[in-house]
Amino acid sequence: MKARIFVTLKNGVLDPQGKAIGHALNGLGFASVGAVRQGKLIELELKEADEAKARADLKAMCEKLLANTVIEKYEIELKP
Amino acid sequence: MKSAVVVFPASNCDRDAAVALEQITGNRPAMVWHGDAEIPGDVDLIVLPGGFSYGDYLRCGAMARFSRVMQDVIAKAGEGRLVLGICNGFQVLTEAGLLPGALMRNANLKFVCRPVGLTVEETQNVFTRRYDAGQLVHFPVAHGEGNYVADGETLDRLEGEGRVVFRYAPGDNPNGSMRDIAGIINEKRNVLGLMPHPERVCDPLLGGTDGRAMFESLVEALS
Repeated sequence: MKARIFVTLKNGVLDPQGKAIGHALNGLGFASVGAVRQGKLIELELKEADEAKARADLKAMCEKLLANTVIEKYEIELKP
Repeated sequence: MKSAVVVFPASNCDRDAAVALEQITGNRPAMVWHGDAEIPGDVDLIVLPGGFSYGDYLRCGAMARFSRVMQDVIAKAGEGRLVLGICNGFQVLTEAGLLPGALMRNANLKFVCRPVGLTVEETQNVFTRRYDAGQLVHFPVAHGEGNYVADGETLDRLEGEGRVVFRYAPGDNPNGSMRDIAGIINEKRNVLGLMPHPERVCDPLLGGTDGRAMFESLVEALS
């Protein structure tokens, strides 16, 4: 199974990098760009056939290491 | 007073800390490799030094927090042993959950390397008892991710319980830290983390001696 994990800053946590990216896009003439938030994408392969078990493992991985839940949130996407 | 300095891959202030500790305490600290099983048992103080442990991969301090020796550091902190985290060491302490909050990318996105003014907010602890409350000191900072962030409730609690030990002096906040927080202590007051570097201002040859009082505080408290 393949998983994609998106780690992003929680709403309300200031994202200076996102802001700088937004400014840069505006500067390049993309005037329609408003707020920008950036984050990380982690792709991983799992040797696990049971989807429920895979989800539970991925959640534990996020809570323990992949995200710092003081400031970050995560989303898990699973593909067979 | 006996001390130990943990050495992670890519620590780079471990030797600065060792020199300051040896000069001021009179004893050479044990240098403990991150892969070691434990910190020598008779050590009074454990220092987590500055640097870029594990290349700052994933998040600063996130990997170091799970290194072998850190499990013993966490256990010893729980027993009341003194732990001082400087710069990357502070990041490791927040990742390990020994101190609340997190250290994010500097608000201006720049790596900041310069002396900053700090006020010593609290002196009722073993780390800062030799300073005067409210004293202005100058320590260098050298970090890209020192922007202290926590939720409002945590910040109120830290302030209410007198656990904000160092604050950037007015107008001298180099990284956007909430409420100008530069260093905090845990509830039991045996674990201190700060972004600025006291160990780099312990010798007049290096441009200042404002950091000495921190190590002198520890010597006094432990004698």
